[in-house]
Amino acid sequence: MATGFDSRVVEYDVRTDEMLVNMGPQHPSTHGVLRLVLRTDGEIVSEVTPHIGYLHRCAEKIGENLTPRQWIPYTDRMDYLAGMNMNLGWSLAVEKLMGLQLPDKARHLRVIIAELGRIASHLVGMGAYGLDLGTFSPFLYAFREREKILDLFEEVCGARLTYSYITPGGATADLPPGWIGRCEAFLNELVPIISDYHNLLTSNAIFIKRTCGIGVLSAEMAIDYGCSGPVLRGSGVDYDLRRDGEERYTEMYDGYSFEVIAERDGHYPKDHQYPKVPQDAVLGDCWHRFYVRMLEVMQAIDLLRQGFDRYSAATGDWGTPIKLTQKLPKGEAYLETEAPRGQMGFYLVSDGSSIPWRVRARSSSFCNLSVTHEICRGVPIADVPAIVGSLDIVMGEIDR
Amino acid sequence: MRLNVILFFGKHPGAKRIVAEFINSLLSLSSDHALGYVVASLIHCVLLLHVIAVGALVFIWMERKVSGRIQDRLGPTRVGGRFGWLQTLADGLKLITKEDLMPGAADPLLFRLAPYLSFAASFTAFLALPFADGWAAQVLNVGAFFVLAVLGLEVFGVILAGYGSGSKWSLFGGMREAAQVVSYEVPLGLCVLVPVTVCGTLNLVTIGNMQAGLFTNWLIFQNPFMPIVFLAFFTCAMASVNRAPFDLAEAESELVAGFHTEYSGLRWSIFFMAEYGSMFVVSALAAILFFGAWHGPLPVFASISASPYLMHIANLAGCTNFILKTVIGVTVMIWIRWTLPRLRIDQVITMCWKYCVPIAAFCLVGTVAWEVTGLPWIGDMTPNRNPMGSVREHWAQDDPVASTSHSVVIAEGRRND
Amino acid sequence: MSEKSLLQLLQSRFGNVVTGGDADAIDPWIQVEPQSLLNVCTYLRDDNKLRFDLLNCITGVDYFEPDAKKAAKSPWQPHTELVYHLSSIALKHTLVIKVVLPRWKNDQEGSLPEVDSVSSVWRTADWHEREVYDLSGIFFQGHPDLRRILCPEDWVGHPLRKDYQMPLEYHGIRGR
Repeated sequence: MATGFDSRVVEYDVRTDEMLVNMGPQHPSTHGVLRLVLRTDGEIVSEVTPHIGYLHRCAEKIGENLTPRQWIPYTDRMDYLAGMNMNLGWSLAVEKLMGLQLPDKARHLRVIIAELGRIASHLVGMGAYGLDLGTFSPFLYAFREREKILDLFEEVCGARLTYSYITPGGATADLPPGWIGRCEAFLNELVPIISDYHNLLTSNAIFIKRTCGIGVLSAEMAIDYGCSGPVLRGSGVDYDLRRDGEERYTEMYDGYSFEVIAERDGHYPKDHQYPKVPQDAVLGDCWHRFYVRMLEVMQAIDLLRQGFDRYSAATGDWGTPIKLTQKLPKGEAYLETEAPRGQMGFYLVSDGSSIPWRVRARSSSFCNLSVTHEICRGVPIADVPAIVGSLDIVMGEIDR
Repeated sequence: MRLNVILFFGKHPGAKRIVAEFINSLLSLSSDHALGYVVASLIHCVLLLHVIAVGALVFIWMERKVSGRIQDRLGPTRVGGRFGWLQTLADGLKLITKEDLMPGAADPLLFRLAPYLSFAASFTAFLALPFADGWAAQVLNVGAFFVLAVLGLEVFGVILAGYGSGSKWSLFGGMREAAQVVSYEVPLGLCVLVPVTVCGTLNLVTIGNMQAGLFTNWLIFQNPFMPIVFLAFFTCAMASVNRAPFDLAEAESELVAGFHTEYSGLRWSIFFMAEYGSMFVVSALAAILFFGAWHGPLPVFASISASPYLMHIANLAGCTNFILKTVIGVTVMIWIRWTLPRLRIDQVITMCWKYCVPIAAFCLVGTVAWEVTGLPWIGDMTPNRNPMGSVREHWAQDDPVASTSHSVVIAEGRRND
Repeated sequence: MSEKSLLQLLQSRFGNVVTGGDADAIDPWIQVEPQSLLNVCTYLRDDNKLRFDLLNCITGVDYFEPDAKKAAKSPWQPHTELVYHLSSIALKHTLVIKVVLPRWKNDQEGSLPEVDSVSSVWRTADWHEREVYDLSGIFFQGHPDLRRILCPEDWVGHPLRKDYQMPLEYHGIRGR
């Protein structure tokens, strides 16, 4: 039996090593081909480094060889979940350079299409977020409704994913007869289903536990990192380009009444109809970003209903698309629009020919993703998909 | 009480004894010859293997159908006819024909061993599971304990798979499983302890028989703590068999596929057989410990359960009853899986230690107090009720090796009431 | 604040550093000397009347005509422009800053032109500058981690330069 302290006996603490783990590019919850290199200490992530570019095809270089109308299909493939909004952003930028003014009917048509696209995009965002948290059913419920929107889009332009519908100068066609009625019927179906989504996710106890206080992004940091869209508004910044953007874009929404979805004095606009903000929720966390998206769906429905009457009342045509080889005036124009994922900017420089000298796409997801390494520091591995999912990124748009 | 735990070839009452005696008589051996028992044991094992395999087949098909319905889809519709009921078999065939891959960094022995270990644990639990009065491969007087103990072994397969795969994601899955299952053994054991305390026996057959009669005799109506214990038990059971929302070891959105990331083909499907087998076992345990085991809500077969030949019909009906209850339990698990998001590992452990353990412990104390004071509850208001003790006492007096068959003991116990 | 008064303010504040501008363009812009870009940007962000808290976008535009015949007719000398689009969430106005750089540093083909990084002013500039570096080939001094972001790290060349040639093959993959 040893008596007293034996100096030869050294007490070893359990030695642990940090581990580098590749999350992606083939990982089920990185929304495409995002690669995150995680430095982990057990389950705790000490550092996240995003690696992007797996989907890069240099759309900007392609744009330097095509006329603006020829480049529209390439905008579809940026944020492929909201192709209509991408078309709109590019078309408005080209119109800004050309100084085109659109007839009233085209304006309301664009509002309808853009807001419908926003609903379709947010439905995927919502469903995929459920998937990131390990629940599969909301995803399929979301796609069930999205399919109906795609049916409507198919009627309008013949495509279900890459529309190329909105063009500089208007759109490729008018809405088909009776379409407004079908769209209205769809909205009436959708509204009660939204409360199902709220039951399954927004107010679900486990969902709240998984999202509240996770990935808190302060307003200052959100602005500093150029975050936009629901990510910015989820941090409590009252900024929406549909209201605060350039006149060329905001005039599209002239006469429409809507409130920007952002928390003011602890309340969201019209939030008495929806689940209450849970006590654990911190402004700027995953729950708030999700909630902003859910409320924006309702906002979009509201805007659509306003748009139907205005569109039906409007006279004139839906605009004339510019010619395929339309000469562009010399100059440059930059325009940002409020796409579902944030501020999507298009910049084009023209030397007077029909092909732009330089085309630039400012991607919202690109900036939103750049904040990952800040808000993923020190969280468990399970929260990494939860945080990245709440940013609702689309790799096609990030990598362009 | 004698602990005849792992004497598989011993002479014990129950269905196996009848089979063994029948075989011995066919071979004109003495009725207690060992050969008959060996053959009878093999028959039981093969039967149970089929229960698991066919069970997994049915449950996977059911999972697809139920999840399909939950998600506004149809689920499988083509293979094997209108309802796609052969879909799982087709998938099984596909899995068999797949290449058996093993990562270069894997530990070959552990990697190969892991699925069988998981499956063996799940299968062993079936050995002590009574499907009806005495219908068990091995009636054990510590059945409840045995089932829990071997189910806990399943975690070894998962840990080995995580460790032996040579993949970081698998390792994460294995470690999570280890932390989770080891934690949940505690509240699970406490929850099982409550009905066991009420019955005064660990023998699953006896526990089942004590709940004969009207459905109010089921243990869930025994005292006000029982429903709470049942909920805690079901939660812990789901956690210990890795079902969503506790499926952290294979969390596909975080860990790719967790412990079975590197598995393919048949090895992978053996993990799934084990998982569905364990689901069946814990649901069966819930049925036995809380919902009257093989007894239906009304004692329809009570009059024939005592007769030496007709009692087999009663047992057949009881078996159907039992499987029905178990399937309902499995369906609820499927339903929960397709409804809820997944918890995080720290929340799962919190749930265990901060909620399940105290609740189970409180209910255990509460139940003991209730039983000691003899306060009445729903079950006691039933007319013509079996006093809880009567069956137990006869069982305790009965020597398992004695010549009277088990069911006769029960029948006598009832007659004496 | 209107664009014109903004330009006047900046011109009076920084004098010769602001070398040009166009208040009548579609998007009014000012041109800033590369050396003082960081100072101007810090001022734009911090001044109470300006408060440009959001950097929308950084674009590199390469003015170079590879075709010698066309180049003779082109109105400009070969150069590279950096375009910074700024906006203020607080005050809701926008501004465009341009920085003109030579296509190659010291006219030596292959050495990238240099400019100060503004990633210390707006952190979003971090990734934007990496992108401009990657695609347009402009080196940002003082950037914390200037690596390629969209192209693979061993990619050769900067695709958005007008004289860029797609490589014949990349790791055994045919390029053109």
